[in-house]
Amino acid sequence: MIVSFNVNGEDRVANVAGSESLLQVLREELGLPGSKNACEQGECGSCSVELDGAIVTSCLVMAADCEGSAVTTIEGIGSDKELHAVQQALIDHGAVQCGFCTPGFVVTAAHLFEKNPHPETNEIKEALSGNICRCTGYGAILRSLEALAEEAR
Amino acid sequence: MTTSPVTRKRIRGGIGESPLRPDGIPKVTGNFAYASDLHAEGMLWAATLRSPHPRARITKLDTAPALAVGGVVAVLTQDDVPGRPGFGMHVPDQPVFAAGECNYWGEPIAVVAASDLETAKLGVAAIVVEYEVLEPLTDMEEADAADSQTRRMKIRRGDRTVSGAVSVEGYYEVGQQDQAPLGNEAGLAIPDGDGGVDLYAVSQWVHSDHWQIYPCLNLEPEQIRCHPVGMGGAFGSREDVSMHIHLCMLALRTGRPVKMMFDRAESFVGHVHRHPARMWYRHEADADGKLVKVEARLILDGGAYESSSNAVIANAAYFAMGPYLCDNVFIDSVAVKTNNPPAGAMRGFGGVQTAFGHEAQMDRLADELSIDRLEFRRRNALGQGDPMNSSGQIIEGSLPTAELIDELASMPIVEPLASDDPRHLPGGTGLTTNPDHVKRGMGYGVTIKNLAFSEAFDDYSDVRISLSPIGVEVYTAAAEVGQGMVTIIQQLAREVLKIEQVAVVWSDTNVIGSAGSTSASRQTQMTGGATYQCAVELRQQILDEFGGDDLSSEGVWRDGDLLVTLAEVCGGGAKEHEIRYRHPETFATDENGQGDPHPAFAVAAHRAVVDVDPELGLVRVVQLDTVQDVGKVLNPVAALGQIEGGALQGVGMAVLEELVVDKGVIKNPNFTDYLLPTFLDAPHIEVRFVEEPERWGPLGAKGIGEPPTISAGPAVYAAIQDAIGRHLHRVPVLPQHIVGSS
Ligand code: FES
Ligand code: FES
Repeated sequence: MIVSFNVNGEDRVANVAGSESLLQVLREELGLPGSKNACEQGECGSCSVELDGAIVTSCLVMAADCEGSAVTTIEGIGSDKELHAVQQALIDHGAVQCGFCTPGFVVTAAHLFEKNPHPETNEIKEALSGNICRCTGYGAILRSLEALAEEAR
Repeated sequence: MTTSPVTRKRIRGGIGESPLRPDGIPKVTGNFAYASDLHAEGMLWAATLRSPHPRARITKLDTAPALAVGGVVAVLTQDDVPGRPGFGMHVPDQPVFAAGECNYWGEPIAVVAASDLETAKLGVAAIVVEYEVLEPLTDMEEADAADSQTRRMKIRRGDRTVSGAVSVEGYYEVGQQDQAPLGNEAGLAIPDGDGGVDLYAVSQWVHSDHWQIYPCLNLEPEQIRCHPVGMGGAFGSREDVSMHIHLCMLALRTGRPVKMMFDRAESFVGHVHRHPARMWYRHEADADGKLVKVEARLILDGGAYESSSNAVIANAAYFAMGPYLCDNVFIDSVAVKTNNPPAGAMRGFGGVQTAFGHEAQMDRLADELSIDRLEFRRRNALGQGDPMNSSGQIIEGSLPTAELIDELASMPIVEPLASDDPRHLPGGTGLTTNPDHVKRGMGYGVTIKNLAFSEAFDDYSDVRISLSPIGVEVYTAAAEVGQGMVTIIQQLAREVLKIEQVAVVWSDTNVIGSAGSTSASRQTQMTGGATYQCAVELRQQILDEFGGDDLSSEGVWRDGDLLVTLAEVCGGGAKEHEIRYRHPETFATDENGQGDPHPAFAVAAHRAVVDVDPELGLVRVVQLDTVQDVGKVLNPVAALGQIEGGALQGVGMAVLEELVVDKGVIKNPNFTDYLLPTFLDAPHIEVRFVEEPERWGPLGAKGIGEPPTISAGPAVYAAIQDAIGRHLHRVPVLPQHIVGSS
């Protein structure tokens, strides 16, 4: 089955056999390995992408259901030359260790800040409660996003 | 030669600063390549057939049907292993594939390489295996009684007839924790066309993999090159060989690159876990609150193969009673062999389990003596110059236990929030908890850990530094698992050479010698120490050659004048220097566990504040106040990150995380049922450093990765017991334990 959808502003087509997840198609077929696979159960948020304006765990989305959709992945947020404010904040505050969780945190936090430029501490924690980080204990992630929320004031 | 009034540029990113990680930008943009992202032209995918039984005899194994599946290129079993049949960190007791008997649930039996992953899995499903199911040995006490063990270790120090005015006895159980690094195991093996292989697979120690792989493949050492790769964490799970030999065998057999990637369920069976433990303790103290005798019996379940159990059990024994002075110590410990999943290294390494026991005992004794719990610890604090309570080794390096306790006592205690926002309650927005019923508790964990490898192990790290006009390159095989080694190496090289441009070149096993494992909190001291010393020696060689008194990115200086430029210094080619760095020698102990087994120690002290809903058994860990003995802070942000992250793993172990193993079968090999702390479970963590320089390592710095994991759990465990006013005997503490239904 051919699925046509928009990924990071580009029209893409994927050839889907049936049960592949959006994550699989992004990583293995469309050459976008930035979204990570850590659980495939919707528990860790490493595979988070924005799908038609909402954050989803792409491991739980069937690629076949994405016909006509717009997807933003980590590859569509900032670039080496021009980082998104969330990306800059995370590296500035040492919120990146192994970095495996980081794409998911970036996508989810960028979405949060787009909707709410100065979230409160509890709002940050709640928005990111679906993203697991095993390395940092969340402290540096929180400090980076609190600082960003403060800057936006 | 030039003499001109050149000014020196200030070097940014030296010691004491927190420069940006060199891998930070690729990690936030998603461009960083992890092992699971690797790709090679024409590569095959591999999948593994694993035992569905904890113990069984294989009565039939027919791989022909798998080979008949279209797209399957190779199927390999133990019969195909060309060399030594087994591997292992300490002894090669684990067969490359189960042959004859399977000894744990999930043990590999065969691997299949195929055109794609789905086909490889179809191939696995097509293999015909018949088993005679055998009764597994899964109880650690039964295993001990059956003399099924990897190492028995005893400590006999002092006089057993001594007794104190008060005595407390306790029995404790610690469940099995998984490292659960976020990135699953993955690897890619590429044949070199000449009978050898380049392996890019997750690893905390590529040289250890290498030493285990080439004998099994019956190749010359240099024919296998193990390369460091990008990893999504490790925490001990990547110290052992997992897919490594399988991948190399498949690449050699097929002549094509072969990739393997575990999914989460396979990751849970594909790496070793923390040892579950049962511990009995008796502590005795005199009326003044001095410990006079400690007796303990410790049993750790090592599962089916040895892995690093021999060292884990030694650590459990040496650190069975924490950082407290005591002259009469009697410990019997054993790591048993069962048909449970193999256990091995995990952050804290043996000391984590015993910390729950010794800290609970310290609380009970203090209560018995009516002495404040922290004050009781303070009175017994072990320090520099004291004999180590277990081995009798005189502690030559720094050990500021008393200072840590004083610092912890001086930290303000978090007040309960006036608001009844449910997000601050146990159970959170589930709205389960009546705020009036919440009980607050406070607890302490003060613990000790050895740094780097012990017991006469020849522990070293090789580093080569190359200096050219464009900057410095540091060659090392040390594994960067996320901890930030890469930044520390840069900072140390900058500090010495006063050249800002420093690149770390992760090097394979043919390019440079071993850096040892990224474990035992050792890399900052070992590879950091190697980098520092190598840079100092290279600098001196250059100064001697040109008669200078200083070196910087401008060149060589004397008396404030630039003698030669860096380009001139390197006119004859890059200046190179390589060293092998070792820590002070350690020794095996005698049959009573007495001697000098450890090169250094570090302590950590935590205070946990928790809120508990005793009716529903829900816990919210509110805050952790921590003080850590770090020797010297090289990078404040990285040090803070290690402590916060390490502490949360300890918190997870105290209240959430447990691998449920029933008769040898893991019941929760997934993130839905194995619970990891989320943002909402994480307490606020306050961190203070105590800097008392260590006698070796770069600028007195100590390793910092493990101590916070050891202290945090016991502090939380104690705080919960304080809140409910009742002793609990097992971690993780689950709701049913708090409400008293089990
Ligand atoms: S991989 Fe999708 S949520 Fe974990
Ligand atoms: S940085 Fe490793 S999981 Fe978050």
